[in-house]
Amino acid sequence: MAPPVHTQRSPSPSQPSGKGEVSDLKMQLRQLAGSRAPGTDDSKRELFKKVILSMTIGIDVSSLFSEMVMCSATSDIVLKKMCYLYVGNYAKGNPELALLTINFLQKDCRDQDPMIRGLALRCLCSLRLANLVEYLVGPLGSGLKDNNSYVRMVAAIGVLKLYHISAATCVDADFPSMLKTLMLNDPDAQVVANCLSALQEIWSLEAGTSEEASREREALLSKPVIYYLLNRIKEFSEWAQCLVLDLVAKYIPSDSNEIFDIMNLLEDRLQHANGAVVLATIKGFLHLTLSMTDVHQQVYERIKAPLLTLVSSGSQEQSYALLSHLHLLVMRAPMLFSLDYKHFYCQYNEPSYVKKLKLEMLTAVANESNTYEIVTELCEYAANVDVPIARESIRAVGKIALQQYDVNAIVDRLLQFLEMEKDYVTAETLVLVKDLLRKYPQWSHDCIAVVGNISSKNVQEPKAKAALIWMLGEYSQDMLDAPYILESLIDNWDDEHSAEVRLHLLTAILKCFFKRPPETQKALGAVLAAGLADSHQDVHDRALFYYRLLQYNVSVAERVVNPPKQAVSVFPDTQSSEIRDRIFDEFNSLSVIYQKPSYMFTDKEHRGSFEFSEDLGSLSVGVESADNISPAQRVEASDNDLLLSTSEEEESRGPSNNGSAYSAPIYDGSSISVVASQTQSEPTFQNRAFPAYALQSNLAIDDLLGLGPQVAPAPAPAPSPPPLNLNARPVLDPSTFQRKWRQVSASLSQEGVITSEGTAALMTPQVLLRHMQGHSIHCIASGGQPPNFKFFFYAQKAEEPVAFYLVECLINTSSAKAQIEIKAEDQSTIHAFSVVFQSALSTFGYQNLGESLV
Amino acid sequence: MISQIFVLSLRGDNIVFRDYRGDVPKGSAEIFFRKVKFWKEDEEEAPPVFNLDGVNYFHVKVAGLLFVSTTRVNVSPSLVLELLQRIVRVTKDYLGVLNEDSLRKNFVLVYELLDEVIDFGYVQTTSTELLKSYVFNEPIVVDAARLPSLGPAAMFMQGTKKMPGTAVTKSVVANEPGGRKREEIFVDIIEKISVTFSSSGYILTSEIDGTIQMKSYLTGNPEIRLALNEDLSIGRDGRSIYDYSSSAGGGAVILDDCNFHESVHLDSFDIDRTLNLVPPDGEFPVMNYRMTQEFKPPFRINALIEEAGSFRAEVTLKIRADFSSNITANTILVQMPVPSYTNRVSFELEPGAVGNTTDFREANKRIEWGLKKIVGGSEHTLRAKLTFSQEPHANLMKEAGPVSMTFTIPMYNASRLQVKYLQIAKKSKTYNPYRWVRYVTQANSYVARI
Repeated sequence: MAPPVHTQRSPSPSQPSGKGEVSDLKMQLRQLAGSRAPGTDDSKRELFKKVILSMTIGIDVSSLFSEMVMCSATSDIVLKKMCYLYVGNYAKGNPELALLTINFLQKDCRDQDPMIRGLALRCLCSLRLANLVEYLVGPLGSGLKDNNSYVRMVAAIGVLKLYHISAATCVDADFPSMLKTLMLNDPDAQVVANCLSALQEIWSLEAGTSEEASREREALLSKPVIYYLLNRIKEFSEWAQCLVLDLVAKYIPSDSNEIFDIMNLLEDRLQHANGAVVLATIKGFLHLTLSMTDVHQQVYERIKAPLLTLVSSGSQEQSYALLSHLHLLVMRAPMLFSLDYKHFYCQYNEPSYVKKLKLEMLTAVANESNTYEIVTELCEYAANVDVPIARESIRAVGKIALQQYDVNAIVDRLLQFLEMEKDYVTAETLVLVKDLLRKYPQWSHDCIAVVGNISSKNVQEPKAKAALIWMLGEYSQDMLDAPYILESLIDNWDDEHSAEVRLHLLTAILKCFFKRPPETQKALGAVLAAGLADSHQDVHDRALFYYRLLQYNVSVAERVVNPPKQAVSVFPDTQSSEIRDRIFDEFNSLSVIYQKPSYMFTDKEHRGSFEFSEDLGSLSVGVESADNISPAQRVEASDNDLLLSTSEEEESRGPSNNGSAYSAPIYDGSSISVVASQTQSEPTFQNRAFPAYALQSNLAIDDLLGLGPQVAPAPAPAPSPPPLNLNARPVLDPSTFQRKWRQVSASLSQEGVITSEGTAALMTPQVLLRHMQGHSIHCIASGGQPPNFKFFFYAQKAEEPVAFYLVECLINTSSAKAQIEIKAEDQSTIHAFSVVFQSALSTFGYQNLGESLV
Repeated sequence: MISQIFVLSLRGDNIVFRDYRGDVPKGSAEIFFRKVKFWKEDEEEAPPVFNLDGVNYFHVKVAGLLFVSTTRVNVSPSLVLELLQRIVRVTKDYLGVLNEDSLRKNFVLVYELLDEVIDFGYVQTTSTELLKSYVFNEPIVVDAARLPSLGPAAMFMQGTKKMPGTAVTKSVVANEPGGRKREEIFVDIIEKISVTFSSSGYILTSEIDGTIQMKSYLTGNPEIRLALNEDLSIGRDGRSIYDYSSSAGGGAVILDDCNFHESVHLDSFDIDRTLNLVPPDGEFPVMNYRMTQEFKPPFRINALIEEAGSFRAEVTLKIRADFSSNITANTILVQMPVPSYTNRVSFELEPGAVGNTTDFREANKRIEWGLKKIVGGSEHTLRAKLTFSQEPHANLMKEAGPVSMTFTIPMYNASRLQVKYLQIAKKSKTYNPYRWVRYVTQANSYVARI
C-alpha cells in the first residue's frame, strides 16, 4: 500500500493552515464589509485571495459565506470574480445563504457592462441549487436575447446548467427550441457552438423519454444543419471545429457526390497544427468513406504524413494520444504502412508507453521486404538497458517469426539471444522458441542443439522454466541429457513454487518415459510420488490421473499423453475482431488509448447516444457507421489499387498542394431507390471551387464489395419497388425492439438463396448494414461468426399511420441460404415492406424461394 | 466535457483547482497524485491518460508542474491534452515565466483564465488575444533571472549575448518598468534532430522536427509576411521517404510534411513560399515541419570498448564537431551504459581540456561526459578505464552502449530552412519594431550504436 501523500497536511509556509486562520479571516472580512475608506478594495482583494487560497488547498471556508456576500457589494471586477468563484463553490452546501446572493446577481445581470452581465449570469447558473431555479429563467431568457455575444455565449451554456438542475424547468421554459433558433441564426460562431453543445447534451438525455427529443437529436445530423455548420467551419474556434467535425463523422450523406464535397471542403483541416482538429477530420473521412474501399484506402495514404508530423511536433503527451490512433490504423491496415516502418523505431529517450506502441506497430508492419531490417532493429533493443522494453522487443521478434514464412534468419537471431547470458533475455527467448517449435516443428533440430546447452539453473522465471521443461519432454529423444536434467529438476520439487512448472514437469517426464523408458523409470516413480503428495489440487489430480492411466495400459497412456501433434498454424488473437471494430467506430476517443470499447470503462449515464445494449446479449449493436473490412481482406483485395491510387494522386496533385484527390468509384446502392424522398430544400456548399477534386466515375475500378448492380442476378427480375415510403431516420432503441418483437404477432417468414458474390460481400457484414441503411432499413443488432450471421433490422413507415417493421435475418454464407422473418405493426403493408426488403437485399443476389404468412 | 482542471506541484499540493461539472469527487487531485507517484513497478512513468474507477485522468508535465484534467465521458484524448498544453501556453503568456513560484503568486489570475477558457466543461477560447478582454488581474511578475530557466526560451539565454534573454520571458500584458511597451517580435526556428548511427558509423535513420515559433509584442496587430527558402518543397511524391540518394548533396530543402497555425494565410505560399499572418498575442507555432531528407549531422561519435586484461576494459569516446568554427554548441552531454558488472571507472581526459565533467552513475551503470561547449571543427576524446566484478562475457560490445548525446547549437539549423525576411506592415515611417530571427538546433534522440 502506498504511503499517504502529503497534501494539505503539510502546507508550505505561505499557505494558511486551518481553523484559527479561518476565524481570523472572518473577523477581517467583517471589518471591511461596511468600510468606505479609500483603499478598501485593495485590502479586500488581499483577503479574498487568502480565502480562495484556503479553498484551493482544501480548507473548508464555507463558514465565511455571509461575510463574503456582504463584502461583494463593489464595482471592482476582480473582487466580483473572486466572489463569484467562492459563491459557486459553496452555494451547494449553503442553500439558505445562497439566497442572499440572488439579489446582487440578478442586479448584475442587468448591468450596463456586458462583461458584468455575462459573469453574473454564469455565476447565477453555477449555483446548482434546485430551490433557486425560479430565479434563473428570467435572466437566462434575456441573456439569450442579449445584444452582446459574450452574454449569449454564457446564456447558452447557462441553459444546459439549468437543465442539469431542473430538466422540467428548462424544457417548460422552451429553452431548447430557443437554443435551436440561436444555433441556426447567431452571427457569433462561439454562441452557435455553445448552443450545439447544450442541445446535444439535452436532447441525448431527453431522448430516452421523449420521441420528440430523439427526433430533434437526429435532426442535428440532418443535411441542412450539417451543411450550415460546415459552411461556417472556418469561423469556429479550433475547439468548436472539433465539435462540428465530430457531428460530421456521424452524418450519413445521401450519395458519393456529397461525400466528396464534404471531404474537399475539409481537406485543409488536415494541415491544422491542432492534433484534435486533425483527428476529428480523420474520423470524419474514415467514416464517410467506409463503403468505398479504394477511397477509404486513399484516405489512409493521405492522413499518414499529417499524423506523423503531429506525432513528432507536440509534447510527449500529445504524441502519445496521436500515436495511439496511428497504432489503431496500422493494426487495421499494416500493409499500407509497411514502407513507413522506420518511423516506428524507438528513440532511446521515449517513455515506455510510447515504445510499447511502437514495438507493436513494428511487429504489425513486418513483411517479406522489411523483416530483416525490423528484426535487426529489434535485436538492438533486446540488449537495451531498459529491461521491460528489452523483453517486449524479444517478444516482438518472436511474433514476427510466427507470422512470417521465412523464419530462417529469425531463428538464428533468437538463438543468439540465448548466448547473451542475460537471465531475462534467456527467459523470454525460451518461451518464444517453444511457441516457434509448436508452429514450425521442422526447426527442432537447430533449436534443440542450443536449448540443450542452457543450464536449467539459470532459468528461474516460471514461464521460461515451463517452456524449457516442455521442450525437454517433447524432444527428449534428441537431447541426450533430457532424462537426467528432468530428474535433477524433481529433486527440487519442493522448492518449486509455481504449479505451472510442476504440471509441466509431470507431463514432460511421462513423455520422456515413453521414449526412453529405461533411463526415465526412476524419475517417473519419483515424480508420481511427488505429484501425489502435492498440495496443489491440479498437480495432485494430474499425477493421480497419470498413475491410473499407466496402471491401466501403457500404450493407451502414451496415446493420451503424447499423441502425434499437428503444428499450430495460427495462434489466436488476443482481441476479437468485433472489439477491434468497435474501437475503430469510436476513433478519436479514449477507447483508442485504452484499447477497449467505451462500454468497458464508462458508466452507463456517461455513454454517448448509440450504445451497446446488454439486453441483446452477445449481439453487437449495428452502429450507424461501422467498418468491418478486416485489414487483411482489404489489403488482399486491393493490391492493384495501391498502384492505381498513387498514380491517380500524382496526376491530380497540384505543384505543391499536398492534397490528394478523392475520386469516386462506383457505388451504386441506389439502383433500386426506395429511399424516402428528401423533402427539405437541398442546401449546397457556397464554395464549390475545388477544381482538383473532380468526381471520377471510374468504371474500371473493380467493385470489390460486390455492391454494383452487376452482382444482382440477371434472371430473377428484381421486384419493382412498391409505393411504400420509409422514414429515413426512424428511432428505435434495442429494448423497445425486443418488446415490439414479442408483442407483434403478424409475421412473414421466407427463405431464399444468395449468390456466391453476395455471400462473399457478406463476409464483412457492415457492408450489408450500410447498404440497407441506404434503403432506410436500419440494423439494430448483428452478430455471429462465419458462416452464420444474424441481423436484426427495423424500419418505419413514413406516412400515417406510422408503424414499425422488424426483421430477423439469418444468413449462412457457406450454404448461401437466408431465412428472413418480418414482423409488422401494420399488417396491411407487410407484403409491401417485404418486397422492399427483398429488393434491397437483391443487390446481394438474394432470391426468394418461398414464404409463409402467420 | 471536462469535469475538473487542476494544477499540482511535484509534491502534490493543489495550486489551482477548478471544478466545472461537479460529477467527479473532490478528492480527485489526491487520488490522481497517489496513482501517478506509485505507478506500476515495471513501468517507470504513468501514461498521460488513465482511467480509475470510471474517472479519466489526463495530465501534462510542464516546468515542474502537473496540469491535470478529469472527465467521466469518453472524450477525445487529443483534445484534452492539447487543451492542457494550451492552458499552459496561455498561462505562460500572462505570467511571462511559468513555474511553481509564479503560479502560486498569480493563482487568482489563473482562476480567472480558467473561468473564461472553459464553461461547464466546454472549451470557450484559448486565445491569449481574446482572453485579454475578459481577464482583469495584473500579473505579479517574478524575476526570471533568479530562476532556473526552463523551456525553449532558455536555450537563447546561454551563449549568444546579442539576444535579449529576458525578453521572451516577459508577460504579454505587463508593461515594461518604463511604462511603454517595447515593440518587438521574435521568430525562432527551433529544430530537434534525431539520428541513429550504426556501429560502423553510418546513418540508419535521421529526422528533423522543426517549428517556426513566433512571439509578438507588437501593438495593433499589424500583418506580417514571412518568407522562407524559395526552393522549399513539400512532400516527397511517392518516393520512399528514406530514399537518400536522390537528395544528397545540397540543393533544395525538401520537407516531408508540415502544418500551420490557424492565423496563417497560405495564398502566396505555393507561389513564392511566403506566409502571411496577423500574429495573435502570445507565443504560438507558425509552422511545424518534419524532414527525413538527408542532412549532415552536426556531430560524429566514435565509441570503442576493448578488453584490457582480466576484469578490465577500456572505453574510448571521440566526438567530432562537423560544423563551421564560428558556431559553438553548448551543454553537451554524452552518456553510455557500461556492462552491469562494472564496479569502478577512472576517466582520462585530453590534456588541456576545460569545462569537462565526467561521472560514473553506479545506480544505472552509465558513464556520463559533460562538455560546456564545443567549437565547430574541434574533436574531443575521453578514455575510461572500467574495472569489473566478474569475468566479462565473450561479447563485450553487446553489454555496453549505445552512446547517446544531447546538445544545443544556437545559430545553427540542420535543415537549412531559412526565414529570408520578415516584413511588418508599416503603420508609419517611424514605426520600426525590433525583429529577432533566431535559429537553434537541439538533439532529440542522437544515438550511436557500438
